[in-house]
Amino acid sequence: MKKFLISTALCGSLILPATAFSDAHSDMDPNAKTGGNIIITYKDDVATLDPAIGYDWQNWSMIKSLYDGLMDYRPGTTDLRPGLAENYSVSDDGMVFTFKIRPGVKFHNGREMSAEDVKYSLDRVTNPVTQSPGAGFFASINGFDAISNGETDTLSGVSVIDPLTLKITLSRPDATFLHVMGLNFASVVAKEAVEQAGADFGKTAMGTGAFKLGEWTIGQRLVFEKNEDYWREGLPYLDSVTFEVGQEPIVALLRLQNGEVDVPGDGIPPAKFQEVMSDPDQAARVIEGGQLHTGYITLNVKMPPFDNVLVRKAVNMAINKERITQVINGRAVPATQPLPPSMPGYTEGYEGYAFDPAAAKKLLADAGFPEGFETELFVMNTDPNPRIAQAIQQDLSNVGIKASIQSLAQASVIAAGGEADQAPMIWSGGMAWIADFPDASNFYGPILGCAGAVQGGWNWSWYCNQEIDAMATEADSMTDPDAVEARLQTWSDIYMKVMEDAPWVPVFNEQRYTMRSGRMGGADSLYVDPVSIPVNYDYVYVNDVQ
Amino acid sequence: MVDFLTRRLMQSALILLGVSLITFALLYLLPADPVRQIAGRSATPQTVANIREQLGLDQPFIVQYWRYLLNLLQADLGRSYLQKTEVTSLISARIPASLLLMAGAIFCELVIGLTMGILAALRRGSTMDNSLMIASFVGVSAPQFVVGLLLLYVFAVQLNWFPIGGYGTLAHLVLPSMTLAILGSGWYSRMMRSSMIEVLRQDFIRTAHAKGLSKMRVLLRHALPNAILPIIAMIGIDVGIFMGGIVVVESVFGWPGIGQLAWQAIQRVDIPIIMGVTLVSACAIVIGNLVADIASLFADPRIKIR
Repeated sequence: MKKFLISTALCGSLILPATAFSDAHSDMDPNAKTGGNIIITYKDDVATLDPAIGYDWQNWSMIKSLYDGLMDYRPGTTDLRPGLAENYSVSDDGMVFTFKIRPGVKFHNGREMSAEDVKYSLDRVTNPVTQSPGAGFFASINGFDAISNGETDTLSGVSVIDPLTLKITLSRPDATFLHVMGLNFASVVAKEAVEQAGADFGKTAMGTGAFKLGEWTIGQRLVFEKNEDYWREGLPYLDSVTFEVGQEPIVALLRLQNGEVDVPGDGIPPAKFQEVMSDPDQAARVIEGGQLHTGYITLNVKMPPFDNVLVRKAVNMAINKERITQVINGRAVPATQPLPPSMPGYTEGYEGYAFDPAAAKKLLADAGFPEGFETELFVMNTDPNPRIAQAIQQDLSNVGIKASIQSLAQASVIAAGGEADQAPMIWSGGMAWIADFPDASNFYGPILGCAGAVQGGWNWSWYCNQEIDAMATEADSMTDPDAVEARLQTWSDIYMKVMEDAPWVPVFNEQRYTMRSGRMGGADSLYVDPVSIPVNYDYVYVNDVQ
Repeated sequence: MVDFLTRRLMQSALILLGVSLITFALLYLLPADPVRQIAGRSATPQTVANIREQLGLDQPFIVQYWRYLLNLLQADLGRSYLQKTEVTSLISARIPASLLLMAGAIFCELVIGLTMGILAALRRGSTMDNSLMIASFVGVSAPQFVVGLLLLYVFAVQLNWFPIGGYGTLAHLVLPSMTLAILGSGWYSRMMRSSMIEVLRQDFIRTAHAKGLSKMRVLLRHALPNAILPIIAMIGIDVGIFMGGIVVVESVFGWPGIGQLAWQAIQRVDIPIIMGVTLVSACAIVIGNLVADIASLFADPRIKIR
């Protein structure tokens, strides 16, 4: 399953000069102890550690610990800070970024990292031969189209001024550009290691990160070892991290209870949630965190009767969101709009469409469906999604809409959503949008904008409103630091207009619940880190050493 | 014998060809686009087209299949779409674990199943017979996911006799083997029971008793070798059943075999891995049956090669 970044950062920090950030040492934990090993489990095997390719739940934060990019986030927060860039400056028109590279940073093989490596890494991730799922994030860099058409193999907008200075020119203003440079896809890799490993690079690792790859036994275990030369002094605290893969979440929890595991990477399985929470000792070690996630039902505006806005509004009123959150043990809060509450640009005080079956029935009658109609609800076939679909089905039948459930494999639901005439309704669970980076724009383009309403796209409601698209383009051009408030207001307006057309039923925003062993230390926020999902391995530590 | 082997090997090759064609066609027809999975949500149409061309997925079905076959002849199963690694190395890294699990499971189910079947046959109609047969019925019917978790909970978590999942030592092998064996031994015990009852009725058993041989000797020397013949053929078929079972059992116990690999690949439409695992499993089944046939030849002189 794909997983994407999160955050509550103020967009305001985006364009501020780097001097606005305090130095790295303020993030150190005075109580931290150095040394020790922890064991993390995951259900799925690690497909790749190539930062240009990895886009999964389990490898996202692993890659963050092995590699660095020019930009980074403060641990446990969504605040941007410079990473391999010591500082940077932005031209007045917001089109040219000049990064000063931190001197003396070494790859795990001992070679010093330079601006050439950054350029190589950006060329590599955008080159279609690499087949990176993140290439599209770099579309605002000058020369992106040429490289993705295969006309060239280098980005004309990225130039090396000297070994420690890199200039990036954009082809259009992009208020989210620094977040993009903080994505895993922008990680700096060592050219010689990529060339040596060839297509098997993903089974190795050569970065500048806090850990280096020690052992990897395919299908069983990975061991990360501390990078003694890490450029952030004093980090990481742990000597090593062992990842055991192929472990069912229920088995991982049993092992945690038995003291064999430190963090179950996939969280607490729903079936065990109540049991864990009713034991005070275990409940004390449970950590809850928000995520920039919204679960929604798409209503395909190209398929009757959902081409009628009255019908879409009626469906919005028919769904009892409170009851649906109970289906997942209350591990979510009901949603009123596409953006999750912790995302800048969220509209406070907006009530959305309140649950009101009587009013929904009336709207349906006004729309010409007094007896309701028959339709289909597509859903991914893993728990709890079929159960949620049944709750939705029941709510719909109360207003006369008979929805049959199509429970399919993830890829088949995604394929059906990408066709204009296949899926009238889709429950997004298991495939839902989690932000790639903490910016309001990230919930629009591919899933609500015209660009996503194409065959094979992710805009499964096929909603395309040119007027709103124009507003979105305008908002993303507002790169002036003084325009941050105005930009957020524009995004808020955009989502309010979307809600008037009701192409979605926003259902809930999921909360994340995880657990740690008694010996582990570090702030709770590190275990539900909004960026280093799911755990920030660089900053956690164990108490039973020394 | 050489003739027989050649014929059977040719047949096997045809079966594998058929399996590859059917699987390839099914995956081709699947309403899910692997290129979209690779390209991700932020991909431009240009990127998607580029990747489709690189992978040759823009070609007609016949061309794609032909290319696959040509590579297959050179033992090249292609590269995983999402892991980018060679499928042969991914599978060969996991084959030993699956074979070990299969061997463990066959051993357990033979020991349990045959013992149950013989005891039931000898005490036919007794309470022991009835309870053994009810137990075997429960074993056949129990879902392996639940059985696996129950065994884990009781023997690993509560009693602490075995490790909670994982791979490495003989102790790790016991619970997953038993989970698979509980299903298999149910079948074997029923089969063994009826086969044994059949044999015990035969004249030569009565003759053996009349000669004054001990009960044990009659059973082990005269009855068992005859009763076990249908079981040998069944082990070959069993390999196929195992291939289905290991997907579930490997995921419950965190056993690093090809079942896990297949399960993850199916979820993500990683076609080269799905094809590879299917072909390897088909090979295992074909070889299993072949070995069982040859073993029957040696075990039963009445079987003639035709």
